[in-house]
Amino acid sequence: MTRALKAAMAILAVAWLAAVVPAEAKDKVKVGFIGPLTGGVSANGLGGRNSADLAVRLRNADPKAKYEYELVVLDDECKPNVAVQAATKMAAERDIVAAATHYCSSTAIATVDVYHRFGLPVVVWGAVLPDITYRNKYPEVHRVNGTMINQNDTNAELLTKLGYKTFAVIHDTTDYGKGHNEYFSAALAKRGGKIVGTFGVGSDQQDFTAELTQIKALNPEVIYFGGLTPIGVRIRAQMDKLGIKAVFDGTSGIVSDAYIQGLGALAEGTLAFREGAPTDKLPGGKFFMEKYAAQKYDNPPEAYGAFAYAAMDLILDSIEKVGPDRRRVIEDMAKVENRDSIIGKITFDDHGQNTVSLITKYVVQDGKWVVWEDSEYASGKRKLPRQK
Amino acid sequence: MDIGLLAQHVMNGLMVGMMYALVAVGFTLFFGVLDVIQFAHGDVLTVGAFTALVTFLGVRAAGVGSGPILLSAMVVVSIFAVAALGMLIARYLVLPLRTAPALNTLLITLMLGTVLRESVRLFYPQGANPKPFPALLPTNSINIGNFNLRLDNTIMLAAGVMVIIGVELLLNRTKLGLAIRAVAQDEETARTMGINFLAIVLVAFAIGSGLAAFAGIMNGFYYNEVNFGMGLYLGVIGFAAAIIGGLGSIYGAILGGFLFAALQTVGTVALPFGSAYKDVFAFAVIIIFMAWRPTGLIQEKISERV
Repeated sequence: MTRALKAAMAILAVAWLAAVVPAEAKDKVKVGFIGPLTGGVSANGLGGRNSADLAVRLRNADPKAKYEYELVVLDDECKPNVAVQAATKMAAERDIVAAATHYCSSTAIATVDVYHRFGLPVVVWGAVLPDITYRNKYPEVHRVNGTMINQNDTNAELLTKLGYKTFAVIHDTTDYGKGHNEYFSAALAKRGGKIVGTFGVGSDQQDFTAELTQIKALNPEVIYFGGLTPIGVRIRAQMDKLGIKAVFDGTSGIVSDAYIQGLGALAEGTLAFREGAPTDKLPGGKFFMEKYAAQKYDNPPEAYGAFAYAAMDLILDSIEKVGPDRRRVIEDMAKVENRDSIIGKITFDDHGQNTVSLITKYVVQDGKWVVWEDSEYASGKRKLPRQK
Repeated sequence: MDIGLLAQHVMNGLMVGMMYALVAVGFTLFFGVLDVIQFAHGDVLTVGAFTALVTFLGVRAAGVGSGPILLSAMVVVSIFAVAALGMLIARYLVLPLRTAPALNTLLITLMLGTVLRESVRLFYPQGANPKPFPALLPTNSINIGNFNLRLDNTIMLAAGVMVIIGVELLLNRTKLGLAIRAVAQDEETARTMGINFLAIVLVAFAIGSGLAAFAGIMNGFYYNEVNFGMGLYLGVIGFAAAIIGGLGSIYGAILGGFLFAALQTVGTVALPFGSAYKDVFAFAVIIIFMAWRPTGLIQEKISERV
């Protein structure tokens, strides 16, 4: 037989086999994802999207799943007005049963009313502003990551324990930055730290020399920064340009690979705090990293990828249990208690907030975010700027 | 406020003002020569900065480690590449639209600006993130009280001044400059006198865009960072500066650039609720200014035959 004929027969045989094995048509269910896929924080949005996509793929590959899931992705550009449009679009589409939404706090707080109005159950995967779950008691809104209250408490605690007394605060003027400013100032005041100046800056501001010049005159030991990576990188770089020697103390907004890539050696010694634990230290961290790497996505999961995965997984679990019905999913989510996930046990309180009290302290050491307790700064081998 | 702090503020203002002035000169050149607002100018600056970055990475990867060579390569390649881009924009986008209402050109160049910006974001690997720009200028600095005088800032300021003086000399002392001014004044007569209109327009756009590239590189060295959105803000401010200075006048553009920077600095220092509102303050003053002097500080001299 000629090669071509043999090849044709092989193909026919496979096709016949495939046709003979009954293909079970599962019902298709749509779930949604919203995150900042473009703009300055797109690294986190894309990481979150890939993680949610991973959850859907793994579920679809699971023969025990009752439904076949399709992920609908929308971009909120980290802008509240765009987020409201995206949220309305997603919530109005009745086919979408539930969604994992938002990394940026400014967008998440702008859209809670939309989800409530349309009755779309959502699980926030990255935004830390407390108001998102606590301002209203909307049964639709849940969150798997912690809020900035604990974060800033731990922050103030560590810095005052290290002996720092004077602080300057730079925060962006979105709800995110303002929230950080509010909670950090309160937490610091409780511990006797002194804030010598507070500066609000635009979330896409380029030039900080004016603010930093004034800060230099005030001579604080620590510059606290409540904002996201793009301007965090700029402020730290310009601090160096002006010859300011102080600790750069940030929040979860700068815990990202993009921060270190943007600064190189200047990132050394930056502090930051984040709820949960580093991905590889999470209960399901190794599993998540392995599966993520196997999919060969273009972008890494970044800091909140694991939370996005957990949020989507929780949604899929809920749909599997009660079916693709928004109201039933909302009822089921209200009863989430000690549910297993890759980020540990999830329990929603009466406001839909996961009561995760674990906050991890990070410091940049040799070009990587290292857990504080494991770092040479904690053991005393290295010193932070102006540390006694 | 102590003198060191004041000096630092003034220095910051001068640096930023220089960059605004360079962008404003471009706008004013384009308007002077063709009566068009080329709104992609800010994003052309971004392309310039990224071209310099790519050149740096490329030349360094080819094994060259010497600072001065890298610096000159970056500057030369970026300026020529962006001048070429400016010429392309002039030839294929702006000139064909000369007979259309000026608003159309403004809109089209605005859209082109978005295309350039988003292309940088999409095609540069991880373009959405800010990129570190190499620090090739010497970073020695002297601390005089509260004032940190840096050598690289001084070098950049001096270079900026020389570039502006160079442009001014080019326009006022050379035949090419004479031709540009002639075309700016009266296109038809200039053509009648034998001036190659197309060539002059292309040269004017090349000069303006080259200045933008220089401003982009300065920006990169000053902040040690470039990002895809850097041109948008600078473009708007450069445009506003060109308008206050008087569209069509080079001195006006320079004046406008430094004036805007001064307003921003005053806003940061003097306002109690500070720096978040410095742009609001600066633009508000500009609005009042334009209501008082709509044609700008240094008006373009036009004569009309009646």
